[in-house]
Amino acid sequence: MTENSQEVKPAKALSTFSVLYRILARDIQVALRRQSDVAAVFFFFIIAASLFPLGSGADPKLLSAMAPSVLWVMALLSCMLSLSRMFSSDYADGTLEQMMISNQPVVLIVLMKILAHWILSGLPLVFVAPLIGLQFNLGGAELQILAASLLMGTLALSLIGSIGAALTLGIRGTGVLIAILVLPLYIPVLVFGAGAVNAVSIGMSPNGALSLLGAVLSMALVFAPLASAAALKIALE
Amino acid sequence: METNTGTNRPRINWLKYASPKTFYPLAGKLIPWCAVSAAVLIAYGLYIGLLVAPTDFQQGEGYRIIFVHVPAAWFSMFLYLLMAMYAGLGLVLNARLSYMMATAIAPTGAMFTLIALVTGSLWGKPMWGAWWVWDARLTSELILLFLYIGYFSLQAAIDDKNRADKASAVLALVGAINVPIIYFSVKWWNTLHQGASVSLTQAPAMAAIMLKGMLIMAVGFWLYSIAVILMRVRCEILERDSKTAMIRQD
Amino acid sequence: MGFLAKNHMLAATDLVGVRGGRLLFDKLNFSLSNGTVLYLQGANGTGKTTLLRTICGLSKPYEGNVNWCGEDIHELAEDYYKHLLYIGHLPGIKEDLTALENLQFSLALSGTPFDLTQATEVLHLLGLAKGLNLPTRMLSQGQKRRVALARLWLQDLPLWVLDEPFTALDANATDMLKQKIEAFANEGGIVVMTTHQEVAMHVPKFEQLRLGA
Repeated sequence: MTENSQEVKPAKALSTFSVLYRILARDIQVALRRQSDVAAVFFFFIIAASLFPLGSGADPKLLSAMAPSVLWVMALLSCMLSLSRMFSSDYADGTLEQMMISNQPVVLIVLMKILAHWILSGLPLVFVAPLIGLQFNLGGAELQILAASLLMGTLALSLIGSIGAALTLGIRGTGVLIAILVLPLYIPVLVFGAGAVNAVSIGMSPNGALSLLGAVLSMALVFAPLASAAALKIALE
Repeated sequence: METNTGTNRPRINWLKYASPKTFYPLAGKLIPWCAVSAAVLIAYGLYIGLLVAPTDFQQGEGYRIIFVHVPAAWFSMFLYLLMAMYAGLGLVLNARLSYMMATAIAPTGAMFTLIALVTGSLWGKPMWGAWWVWDARLTSELILLFLYIGYFSLQAAIDDKNRADKASAVLALVGAINVPIIYFSVKWWNTLHQGASVSLTQAPAMAAIMLKGMLIMAVGFWLYSIAVILMRVRCEILERDSKTAMIRQD
Repeated sequence: MGFLAKNHMLAATDLVGVRGGRLLFDKLNFSLSNGTVLYLQGANGTGKTTLLRTICGLSKPYEGNVNWCGEDIHELAEDYYKHLLYIGHLPGIKEDLTALENLQFSLALSGTPFDLTQATEVLHLLGLAKGLNLPTRMLSQGQKRRVALARLWLQDLPLWVLDEPFTALDANATDMLKQKIEAFANEGGIVVMTTHQEVAMHVPKFEQLRLGA
């Protein structure tokens, strides 16, 4: 038996693409077995956003004026809440070490972790936010732009947030610390994301804000995985 | 490591100033000079700002606070970028002194940010009738203060000195890339929402005497920063060297 | 075929290890060629794990360097990692996934394709026939350890770095692992390992290094 398996033929190594796919697939697989974690973020968004009308009164005009900022800030906080989980379980069980010594570039592995985080915590908000927007008396055009801005913006949030998650890996009191590190960096995303929706509601074109959001997203796509990979190496040293 | 560089080589080894051992006495000589000239220049700048410069016909005497506010705002941003530069150098060269510089710059930068915020809102009270207005400049300063707070918090949270240096260096670099983006987004946001009607950035048309006063203040702040930062680096060197001495007891 | 034909060399030059401001090892030198098992010994806190992590490139040495076939491992980076199999103190096992899923993932990280029948065979061999489709959360410490160690049977890499591989294993599994290491070294593999147990090895070259002495 042992001798048998000794004669493993050196099969062709997996392509970068299939390795990266496996990393993404595994994170989603794990999340599907722990659905409560994913659902909690989702419900946090719904519940927290629903608190605002209770605090401010139900004047439809006031609500629709507040809606872009309220929904965007809530999206920001929901994404942030799940950040500390991005690397922590892999860190605790030793998988992260294995990722660092994988024969694939660490930056790409980190990018996959970020994508998984976005799919599990950002993307669902794109679908549920317009529903909450209805409760806030937003019109059809605003809802569309809300969804579009969240689609780009939440990915940027996951990317930027990964830096905070990586920097605070294995540190006590991580949750609050991540918030302090990451929230200031989230400001441009918030300004342009909510700005796009606001622009529509005052009858202006949202294109300017959306392209600026796109620019922030592409910057984040280039720099955030690099910074996170560097931070992870530092954390594991 | 430091001993085998340049022993047989005649050329000057500039890097030796990057070693804490040579840096320590050099810094010690510089500090008193910087401190004294800083005190003189700041006093002279204040004299120009408070007594020599004419009263503004629109804003009255209240505008004189910009002699402190504007240079402080310049330095709050400049020191953040300088800190990020040292942090980046530290990461690239793995030089301890660079990390120490970055760590030493942060408190002074945060102090200037705080000064810019306080003077800004003091100026705002007579001008806008409120202690705080979401003016683009003030808002950017506030966010910059958040970035400094993030830097301090991260450094304080990590016990291992080596990791704290490197992790906060990464954060400083990320923040520095973000500073222009944040600044731009806040300006953009300000025009969309039509913020304060009189802005701090539209200070009265600069008379030559005002520019002179502000520049003198700026140089004074610069020398003050150098003196304080060097003092902090010296403390840091002493503190760390007592530890490195323990690493090798042979 | 594979690594057998090639000559490999793992070398450390003037390696200095510092952890938390404490000197762990000073000017360590060794050079390991094909068929060598290096056996690190020392009490807790003498830097065994730090040395292993330095050899893996996870920790940067305070001074000195580690070379693989004459080149610095930090410069080789991914080119070094495709030769390295490291099983650390933490098993790298995700508790929500089954043994097979875990194995598939850890193989993928070093680019090895997953062969279900072969993996099942190895897990059977290691006495894990029953738990294959259970989340590894249900397995005992020793069983999780075996899932992690199953990689040794499934991958064809010339350098093994093993941190306390015998921990939590029963006599039978210890024996099997010992034989596997011997077979690997006899084929030309290089092993660096730590262990508290006294394990006699019959391998071409057996070296011991005592840290903190």
